[in-house]
Amino acid sequence: MSSYTLEGSTGTWEVVIGLEVHAQVTSEAKLFSGAATTFGAEPNSQVSFIDAGFPGMLPVINGECVAQAVRTGLGLNAQVNLWSRFDRKNYFYADLPQGYQISQFAFPIIGTGQIEIQLADGSTKLIGITRLHLEQDAGKSLHDQHPTKSYIDLNRSGVALMEIVSEPDLRSPEEAGAYLTKLRQILRYLGTCDGNMEQGSLRADVNVSVRKAGEGFRTRCEVKNVNSIRFVMQSVEAEARRQIEVWEAGEEVVQETRLFDTTRGVTRSMRSKEDAHDYRYFPDPDLPPLVIEQAWVDQLKAALPELPDARRARYVGDFGLTPYDAHVLTLEKETAAFYETVARGRDPKVAANWLTGDFFAGLNRTGHSIGESPVTAAHLGELLDLIADSTLSGKLAKEVLEVMFETGKAPGILVEERGLKQVTDTGAIEAVIDQVMAANAGKVEEYRSGKDKLFGFFVGQTMKAMQGKGNPTLVNELLKTKLG
Amino acid sequence: MTAPTDYTLAGARAALARREISATELTTAHLDAVAALNPRLNAYITVTPEAALAQAAAADAALAKGEGRALTGIPLAIKDLFCTAGIRTTAASKILGDFKPPYESTVTSQLLRDGAVFLGKANLDEFAMGSSNESSAFGGVENPWKRQGDDSVLVPGGSSGGSAAAVAARLALGATATDTGGSIRQPAAFCGVVGIKPTYGRCSRFGIVAYASSLDQAGPVARTVEDCAILLGSMAGFDPKDSTSADRAVPDFAAAVARGVKGLRIGIPREYRVEGLSLEIDALWRQGMDWLKAEGATLVDISLPHTKYALPTYYIVAPAEASSNLARYDGVRFGIREEGADLKDLYERSRAAGFGPEVTRRILIGTYVLSAGYYDAYYVKAQQVRALIKRDFDQAWGQVDAILTPATPTAAFGRDETQDDPVAMYLNDVFTITANLAGIPGMSVPAGLDSKGLPLGLQILGRPFDEETVFAVGGAIERVAGFTATPSVRAAA
Amino acid sequence: MSLDTATVRRVASLARLRVEEADLPRLETELNGILGWIEQLQAADTQGVEPMAGGGAEKLRLREDRVTDGGIQQQVLANAPDRADVFFSVPKVVE
Repeated sequence: MSSYTLEGSTGTWEVVIGLEVHAQVTSEAKLFSGAATTFGAEPNSQVSFIDAGFPGMLPVINGECVAQAVRTGLGLNAQVNLWSRFDRKNYFYADLPQGYQISQFAFPIIGTGQIEIQLADGSTKLIGITRLHLEQDAGKSLHDQHPTKSYIDLNRSGVALMEIVSEPDLRSPEEAGAYLTKLRQILRYLGTCDGNMEQGSLRADVNVSVRKAGEGFRTRCEVKNVNSIRFVMQSVEAEARRQIEVWEAGEEVVQETRLFDTTRGVTRSMRSKEDAHDYRYFPDPDLPPLVIEQAWVDQLKAALPELPDARRARYVGDFGLTPYDAHVLTLEKETAAFYETVARGRDPKVAANWLTGDFFAGLNRTGHSIGESPVTAAHLGELLDLIADSTLSGKLAKEVLEVMFETGKAPGILVEERGLKQVTDTGAIEAVIDQVMAANAGKVEEYRSGKDKLFGFFVGQTMKAMQGKGNPTLVNELLKTKLG
Repeated sequence: MTAPTDYTLAGARAALARREISATELTTAHLDAVAALNPRLNAYITVTPEAALAQAAAADAALAKGEGRALTGIPLAIKDLFCTAGIRTTAASKILGDFKPPYESTVTSQLLRDGAVFLGKANLDEFAMGSSNESSAFGGVENPWKRQGDDSVLVPGGSSGGSAAAVAARLALGATATDTGGSIRQPAAFCGVVGIKPTYGRCSRFGIVAYASSLDQAGPVARTVEDCAILLGSMAGFDPKDSTSADRAVPDFAAAVARGVKGLRIGIPREYRVEGLSLEIDALWRQGMDWLKAEGATLVDISLPHTKYALPTYYIVAPAEASSNLARYDGVRFGIREEGADLKDLYERSRAAGFGPEVTRRILIGTYVLSAGYYDAYYVKAQQVRALIKRDFDQAWGQVDAILTPATPTAAFGRDETQDDPVAMYLNDVFTITANLAGIPGMSVPAGLDSKGLPLGLQILGRPFDEETVFAVGGAIERVAGFTATPSVRAAA
Repeated sequence: MSLDTATVRRVASLARLRVEEADLPRLETELNGILGWIEQLQAADTQGVEPMAGGGAEKLRLREDRVTDGGIQQQVLANAPDRADVFFSVPKVVE
């Protein structure tokens, strides 16, 4: 368990954090219209009259978005509500064309659940999920295109979002980061959200309050739209420190919406949210209740992919990996898939070592993500086979892998092209050993008179003469025989 | 020979089929009538003669090839709440400015599919909020009927006052309309024509400017029950673009009109004998009962105990939904814009400049009843009472097949007679509003004249999705009443 | 429950409707007239009654996840009172 606290002038403070995560649902079309959801399209080109709030336009729900919400709920070990409802959240904003957001306020599709987070010290913690609901995203305002105007692009307007609300169970920036990491991991495994934080597919509103040990909750503030895990962690600390200062100055923390200034590392009050909001929620009269069948939920459940926790347990239990390696290999769905391809029919531990060691190092060095790795899983597997059948020594294999990163070629081809094949011909090795012994007759005498430490010298000389290609086991055996 | 503008819709259809008249002649006659009378009646906000004549020419070509459909060549007025592709759509509000929808409402596209000719866009109360047509930003509509010996201008009712007045004055063979609290049935009664609000979900709301989404329903206005049945047959039908649209087959409404009422049980709700009900209306209601009895129906005294709460319930639910539905008129993507110091100022100035007083009142009421601290006391309470009103009807259907009531508490009144008191105006909808709250079909049929020569209507309510019985009862009343009076202002024969 | 001037002002602001100070008293009277009349609803016994949200279908129909709309940039922008190339334009918003 982490025991994160902050020291103030009046004593030690504990931090209480809850996250509201907005995850863009992976779907072809929008939640209530048939417009596309592709990122980066020409402004206002993926907009229907429904998304633009034109007169007489009506919403019709996309069934796949509902399925995605149910899958996510199942992945969060949460209650699936067979009856839910859409409400209107009324407020005026430039990028909210209808003047209301269609959301699920009173009756969300997913109720309480929980997920386990992994912390750096190897411990785990259960974090409660309060709810998940479906809602429409707003459009985008561009404020930097004109000195006195904001420009509006409605491409994102109406895209389906899942708002996933956690209980205030998080107690440190690390836990907040681990929670978001885990949530993102689950979403990506499920294929319900691509988790791309740079493109805004995953954004967090961070609720922070501070308190002295043993106290109830104090007033919280909401830091809006934080778009990276690192910034979530930074904003928690910045906001907690600000609140401690406020309390310690004898003032009250005011419940409000704030923004995290990433360059200055501080939070500031949001001007546009200054109005005390009164959202006037009421059931959307354009949308009858969302009623789904248990049989459909069961069907979706049966088709769920293996989730990170189960996969991690399998790697430890079935493959004998360390919990740490299992954690690292399951963090990203792509990594796990890559690993399983490499490990299939091979020693899973050896595969894990190569992946977490030289392969990850190679990715880092060449600046590639696993999805764009020049070395395919099949090629890495082939490399392991070449070690297993003694074609390559471990040392040679490392060199081959480096070349594979540069060229993208299969290891077998590289071995052929560069003559890297390990020498296992005993006659050839014996001939080299004879030469080495002849050239070092004095040392041979010393060895034979009891200076055992010299054995390593002979191994080194032999391997050097063979440009490292001698099979280490054979070189050792033959040297022992010849040196007597 | 009948003047082209005096045809019933069914009669015109037969005449077109027999080639006694061409669609172009029929349309031209109506356009001429519009040109002559609309400057006075103001029933149309926009007239589209070129488009109408082009549609008429296409209709003539189709008819010549024997490809006539249900409405081929029939000139109609379209309430200016239906979005019509490329044709200015105003909702009788300034706020939409010169808005030309790039899309067609489902209802109007079905009418076009069936060959109809659109003469133009009919006037209405702004955003369909009103019972007199006086809230239109384009000026009120004059009711073509006059009190005997009195030339003062009467209102046509609302909100579909332009549709009803156009049909009554022979400026169209039929019209589309919408009904949120009585907006088809009350103007139909005031103008001596027939109007039906079908079951909620029967006609698609896609492309109709929304007032109160859970109550709004499109329907036709025409001069006969059969004409309404023909029009509704085209307007109705399942639409996947409207999540509240009912996935049900459309029955042959026209076939039901002549069915008769023999053996039907007709409910007479005692709560509709409201205080202040005019003696003439009461007498007409009794007359209606006698007619139906004579035609073989059984009268059943029924109770709809929550009727008295219907109006206040409506005036919470409808403004609440409207306050949200009208938030999109903000001067950003369409409609008028008044520049402001900042975005909030722009919104406030644009909306204040664009919305008239009645719309403003309803938006404010709606905003208030939904606001924090009042939601439960007003909105939730109203929804509960709405459930009780629906339950009243559900229980009544165990005893009766249809319900007969007056359509309105009075005949058409004069301009400005009640405008000063919003609540007095709201009382016009006392008999019609329950059908919207319960989602059931309701029809207004002209059944007689009052002592001053103004038309009065009877209302028939039916079970959800049983418009056929409503048409059967309406058809019987129409036949027995033999209502043949015509308004004093109408196209020259 | 009757409205005072401050509430009318607040509600008008929530609804983004500019109301001139001179018009406030008239609006206040009108709104209170309507609300007073609506008040009779409180006499209805609604103990244990499930609120009725709307008419129509009893549940949502689920649409297929296919791109069937959009790609109408110029039509979407055509009615805008102010636009800048492919954007809608509004006075600068400070977040």
